[in-house]
This record gives sequence, structure tokens and C-alpha cells, in this order.
Amino acid sequence: MEKVAVVGVGWYGFSPHVHDLSFREMMFEAASRAYYDAGGMDPRKDVDTFISCQEDFWEGISISDEFAPDPIGGAMRPTMTVAGDGLQGVAHGVMQITSGLADVVVVESHAKPSDIITFSDVVKLSEDPIYVRSAKVPNIHFVAALDATKFLSRGKATRADLAEVVSKNKSAGLSSSKAPYAARIDKDYVLSQDYVLTPFTRLDIAQPVDAAIVVVLASETVARRFSDTPIWIHGIGFATDSSNLELATLGEARYMRLAAERAYLMAGVESPLKFRGIFVDDRYSHKELEHLEALGITDVVEKLREGYFHPGSYLPVNPKGGLLAKGYPLEASGLSLLLDAVEYMREGEESAIVGSWRGFFTFTGSVAVMSR
Amino acid sequence: MTVHPLKEEDLKRHPVVEDKPKARYSYTAGQALSVFLNGLKEGKILGRKCTKCGRIYVPPRMYCEDCFVPTSLWVEVKDEGVVMTAVASFISWTRERLDHPEIVGTIRLFPSTARDYVYPGLFHRICCSYEDVRNMTIFGKIVKARWKPREERTGSINDIECFEVV
Amino acid sequence: MRTNLRFRPVAVIGAGMTPFRRRMLDTPQELAWEASRRALDEAGLELRDVDCVVIGSAPDAFDGVHMKGEYLAHGAGGVRKPVSRVYVGGATGVMTAISAWYHVASGLCQKVLAVAEEKMSPGRPHPQSVFRYIWDPITEKPLNPNLIWIFAMEMHRYMNVNRVSKEDIALVSVKNKRNAKKNQYSQLGGDITVDDVLKSEVLVWPVQLLDVSPVSDGAAAMVLVSGDIARRYTDTPIWVEGVGWTLDNTSWPGRELAYPRYLENAARMAYKMAGIERPQKEIDVVEPYDPFDYKELHHLEGLLLAKKGEAPTLMREGFFDVDGEIPSSPSGGLLGVGNPIAAAGLMKTISIYWQLKGTAGGMQVKKSVHTGVAQAWGDLMQASTVIVMRN
Ligand SMILES: [Zn+2]
Repeated sequence: MEKVAVVGVGWYGFSPHVHDLSFREMMFEAASRAYYDAGGMDPRKDVDTFISCQEDFWEGISISDEFAPDPIGGAMRPTMTVAGDGLQGVAHGVMQITSGLADVVVVESHAKPSDIITFSDVVKLSEDPIYVRSAKVPNIHFVAALDATKFLSRGKATRADLAEVVSKNKSAGLSSSKAPYAARIDKDYVLSQDYVLTPFTRLDIAQPVDAAIVVVLASETVARRFSDTPIWIHGIGFATDSSNLELATLGEARYMRLAAERAYLMAGVESPLKFRGIFVDDRYSHKELEHLEALGITDVVEKLREGYFHPGSYLPVNPKGGLLAKGYPLEASGLSLLLDAVEYMREGEESAIVGSWRGFFTFTGSVAVMSR
Repeated sequence: MTVHPLKEEDLKRHPVVEDKPKARYSYTAGQALSVFLNGLKEGKILGRKCTKCGRIYVPPRMYCEDCFVPTSLWVEVKDEGVVMTAVASFISWTRERLDHPEIVGTIRLFPSTARDYVYPGLFHRICCSYEDVRNMTIFGKIVKARWKPREERTGSINDIECFEVV
Repeated sequence: MRTNLRFRPVAVIGAGMTPFRRRMLDTPQELAWEASRRALDEAGLELRDVDCVVIGSAPDAFDGVHMKGEYLAHGAGGVRKPVSRVYVGGATGVMTAISAWYHVASGLCQKVLAVAEEKMSPGRPHPQSVFRYIWDPITEKPLNPNLIWIFAMEMHRYMNVNRVSKEDIALVSVKNKRNAKKNQYSQLGGDITVDDVLKSEVLVWPVQLLDVSPVSDGAAAMVLVSGDIARRYTDTPIWVEGVGWTLDNTSWPGRELAYPRYLENAARMAYKMAGIERPQKEIDVVEPYDPFDYKELHHLEGLLLAKKGEAPTLMREGFFDVDGEIPSSPSGGLLGVGNPIAAAGLMKTISIYWQLKGTAGGMQVKKSVHTGVAQAWGDLMQASTVIVMRN
């Protein structure tokens, strides 16, 4: 595959409640920053296609695609929506470039969960309408809890290991400018909290956050016109396990394994251990470990206990705090991890793997393999 | 396998799962529309002007979609304009039959000219007869906002009752 | 004969759809499954041969499921595979095929299943009520709009600027419902007259009941593969030679509605890619998006197949009839076949595929065809998607 570069990133928000800007204004702020970052690119001239990643019920607007073009410079241009995670949008962008259709693609995603009054009810609308939704389970974390219980029942990880993930990520977030949920807490503090539902305390569950993120992708041929320090995407993959809850695999992240297989094949990755950082969805504490396993890293629990994944160690995992510290901006979650990876490599690290997930009730994830 | 078309009455023979989605939102108006809504309360239609290309946005936007720069000036446009299109609705939003048609359309507000492809424009009710719509005499007519009494205005697009021919 | 050499070759080798009906017992997943199975059968493939799935579906609110693409994946063969959903409102159906094209053209996938589904019947009290949420929540929704308003406003503007009569517009409805009689999947084929249209219930003047496509449930699917694979499965691959799409701004009350400039933009993008310089001479058959009768005229102009304001005259002269110069909507279109939004757009693409392959049966146009175009439209009078195919 022809390499594709990230030549610009911009973001706005990462606040639990951006009350003074509409989602469109947030998109414009994020886009302006991304174009400035991409060497002062003019989106009205320099960009070939635009991709927005959003879902109607998150927006409270039917056909929210209508609002995609204007604030990112995409009016009267080829603009479209991928109803999925931002990293899936990046995959579509990569395909538009490698097919020869575009040289520069802009991928945007945003989230304004603070606008949603009935957040849990909206999440429940993604359950199968005929029978899962009729079961009227008391809270939206039940599948995550089943998944975590299954994961723990395999006997390697314990509740304390999950607490270690929480402590590691929330502390790491203190060094990030976009981590409203960062906190210096230790494992014992997490373990002392009451369960929300076993095996989770409220600290094990990431919170939604308002944010808009824009990423500018460019083909290998034109990348250096916009950036002296492009970050390369060597491989990208995405996959859905099974969207029917009772048929999907619990206790392991098969979607992530399938996505990683494709991305690794494309990039010629021999071992993920050779990378300098991993940025992976941790919206529930156990998911970080489950996702690391799916990325092909063995003995994750042992490695966690040895400090292998801590910032500054052999293979830092979520060194900018992950979603536990930053919050998860709905469909922009994948882009928020990608953003961290780009910043991390711009600070001097060689390479990174990004692994995103769309959250329950989905079994869909994406993986990107990147280097400086 | 094949698919199974149903008639309305067939529905009684099959179980139906009912669910009323509880999806409620409080949309953030943001910088541009907050000022716009407050302007309506004062009986003013406010727009944003792009000083680079001169385009005036009503309803206002904080950015110019053509130049991709922030719009930088608040301007008051006239509460008067030209009817670009008008229609007469005999059905409600739930598709119930209405006895009296509701007339709505778009208005190109002043300042603007007939040559403009984009212009400050509003979608609103038009106070005119069904005949005026049906024979298209309302097209091109100059209309003016009929405002609700000041004490009834709430900072909503409904602070304007309708646009009527001057 | 493939003529576009700049891009990696991509061919359509199979398609399938369910009948379109007002209400189906089957769930959205089951509808998607049925269409997918038929498409795979026509292609001679099994699901295990497919390496990627692209899903198209319009408002989640119709089926009443949030993240509808995830839900549909299970019926659309999207299990343990790369699956994603594209979305441009009513223009989604053709975008689904376009997206499947770049999945293959990029080299990332070899065999792609594109599936579009819509089940509009569950909405209560009427599917119309869902459309209230497509408007700007702050400046438009408080006026309690319904969907037909938007079409009526555009239709009336088009009539006013171009001096088009209701009679001329009704001819589209007459033609498409007549064409649909030959389509085994259609919901509303039949012989009607201009008078029937003009005497039907006035919904939102100038829109009357027979100006409008019906509410439908249905699904459609297509198999797109890389060129070398195509030749292994069929002697008559149909090549995707041009794709284009454009979104205009959100501010529709502030722009001219008489002409769809965004469609012209999308068409030019697709034509340029396919090397089409004189569309009216080089395009043999077309499926323009026709949720309302005037839209077909509007779109024929935007597709540069008629000059601005001249589509009604050509329509009256039979230029777009099934035995005319450029047959338009030989399938019967949305007016005749039905309008399960995204599935309807993909149905239009499939219609062109069957025409070019020569397997359209009773729908097959008289003239020999080499180049066909399908188009869809959506959002707030804002989006258009165009695909050019050749045999
Ligand atoms: Zn400007």
C-alpha cells in the first residue's frame, strides 16, 4: 500500500460541558487548528474530499450529515459521512487516497454528549429492538460487565489489575492538556470504591466528553507540501465481530484482533512489541488489557504488573491518559487516541499503534499502525 | 426464504413490539444563534458578515463557508425581503389533514439583490391566501415580518408570527 | 469494454433486491439478508468469499435503532469482517456503491458486498413524523415542518423560475409508474393519467399525492470486485468508471433552489473520471433520483442531460421514455418501485447494472446501451451522488 500521512491535527473541547459553542462552532475551531497545523492549508483549495463521522441519535438530528460540510470547509465539495468511529473514517480516507481519487482528505468527528438529556436511553436504542431492548436491563454497562467478568474468569487478571489500569491512566492524563478526568490516584484508592456493578467502580468507567477533532490526511506524493514532520499510516484495518449480542464473543476483543490482522499485514508488522507506544480504547478498565491481548501482545497481566506498560517504560500504553483520563467523545474516540499518538510521535517517539472501539453495544473496532 | 409483505390489518395477527424512544436533547445554540435569538426578542434580525467576501449570513454563522475564515461583524438586516418560494400545506407534521392550509416559504432578506445565488434568507410562515400561492402571485412580492407583541417574545424563531405583504 | 485506465478496475458482478412494499413482516436484518443472498447468488459467490461489507441506510429513526449500521451488519453478511456504513441522507444508496468502489479500487479489498436497507413502516403515528428531526433544531424545527414542505418549496421555485406546468411534471409520474409495471419488485406500478395526478389529494401545494413516491420497506445489495476476479466469475462484468458526490451548504433558505448546482458538481466529477465530455451524446440510459416527479426533471438538468429549464420539454417529447433517446428511470424509479430511502438509491444503481448487462428483462430498453448513470439526492436539498458504469 502507498503510505498515507497525517499532516495536520486540530481539536477543540475535551470538556465535560462545552456550553458556549454549538457543535458546528466546535467543528470550525477544530478544523481551523488542523489546517493551521497542516502548514496553513486552505481547505477550499487544497482538500479533495471530506469525511465526517457521526451518528444521528448522538446528534439529536435525523440525517445529521446535513450539518457536516460548512464548518470544515466542505460545502460544495465531495463531503460524506461515515456513520462510525473516527478511525473508520480515517480508513475510508486512506482508501480514497490509495484508490487515486484524492490526494488530501479531511476526517472530522465530534461529540456533544452534554446536549443529550437522556444519555442512557439513547445508548439503549442501539440494542436489538425486538428482544434485547424489551429486557429493560437497569443500566447500560451490563454487557461491559459481562464481558469483564468473562475476561477475569479466564483467571489471569484480578480486580487489582483493573485498578492498576485506572490508576496508571488517570495519572498519566495529568500531563495532557485534554484530560478533564485525570487524577493522581493509586490502586488502593480505586479498590476502596463501591461497585457500580461488578467488577466496576465508577472509576473503572470512562465518562463521555464534548470534543471536536479534525485530522488531515495526505498521499505520500503531496504530504511534504503541508508538513515537514508527517506521521505515516502504514496499515489500517477495521472489523465487526457479530452485531448480535448473543453471538458475539465476550471476554476477548475479536473485532480488534481481526482489525489488527489486516493492519499488521498491510504494514508488515512482525511484533507489536517493537512499537514505542500503544493507544487503545480503555472506556472500561478491563478493555485496555483485553484490547492489548487482541493486538497480539502476550502475557498482558504479567507485563502490567511489571510496569512494562507505564509511561517511560518498554511499551507505554495510553501514556497520555487514555479515555479514562480524557473521557470518550463518542464517535470521535478513535480520533482522540490517534491525536495522542500523533502528539507522542511529534515529541520524538518513533512509532505507535492505535486501537479504537465503538463502545457497547457494538463489537466493532479499528487499528492503525503509524510511524514518524 | 423470501420476504413477507403485510397489510395494515395483518398487523393484528402478528406480535408487535412497541417502544417509544426516550431521546431528549438540549441543543446548545452557540455563539451565533444565541445572539440571533436574543435579537429576535428585540425585534431585530441579526446576521454575521464575512469581511473578506462581504457575504451576510442569516441565520448567522461564526464562520464563512466560502472563505473558511471567521465572520467578524454583527449586522442588522431588514425584517423585509422578497418571497422566493411559497407553498400551502394541507397536512400536519404527523400527516393529519388540516382544514386551513398553513403557508410557508423562504424569504430573501434585504440587503440582497435578485442576482445573488446565496443571500441572507429565512424559512418562515407567510401570511397570504392559498390563492396567492396557487397562482404564484406571492412570488417576488416584498414582505415584512409581523412580530409578536414584545412581551410575548421568548427568543425564538416563533417571535415572528409570519411575513406579510407590505 | 473498459475505457477508464487511470484507476484500478472495479466491476459489478451481481445484484439482488427484495420487493419494495409498504410494510414487511421481516426485520431490517432479515430484509438485508434476503437482498444480500440474492446478490451473492447472482454473482456466484458465498459469504466466505466476501472480504468487506459496506452498508447504506438513511435515518436511524425509521427503523428505530441507534447505530443502525451495527445492527444491520448481522443481516448484511457483516460478521467478522471489515464493515462500515456510509451516510448522505437520501443520497446514501448510490454512495454505498461509490464506497464499495473505493474499497476495491484502493486495493484494500477484493470482493465487496454493498447492502442498503430501509424499513420505514415502524414509525408511529406516521413515518412522516421522523422527518421533523431533519431540520435545524433551533431555527427551523420550531415551525413544525414536515418533509413534503421542503420538496414543495423546491418544486414551486423550479416551476416559477422555469415556467413549468403541473401537467408537464405529472408526466414523470405517469411514465415511471408505467415503467414500473415491468418491474417484478415494484410497489406501485400501473397506468395512470396526468389527470389522475392533478386530481389526487393536495398534500402541500404544489405537491399532490401522485407526485410523491410511497413509504416503503425494502433492501438491495450489490457485489463489486476487482477486475481480474470479475473475469473469473462472469463474461459480462459491468465496470464502474466514474464516481462523484457533493454536499452543498446547510443554509438552504439562503440559496437559489431552482437548480441543483451541487448535482452539477457531482456529475462533473464523475464524468471527468469516466472521460465523458458530452453527457447528452455519450450517456445511453439514466436513473435519476425521483422521490417526487419534479425531482427527475430537476436532476436531469443537474446531470447536464437537459439544459436548465428544458427537461420538461424533452420529457413531453418522449426523449426520456423507455424507447426514447436517453431512457430515464426504466426501472420505474422511486415513484413506481417504491422508496425505502437508501435501498431505493441502490436499486437505481442496480437497474443501470442490469440494463448494461442486458438482463433487465421486461425493463430492458430498446436501444443498445454502453454507458449508464445512476444518481441519488438527499439532506436539506443539498447532497448528490453520481455513478457512471459501462459494459
Ligand atoms: Zn467569506
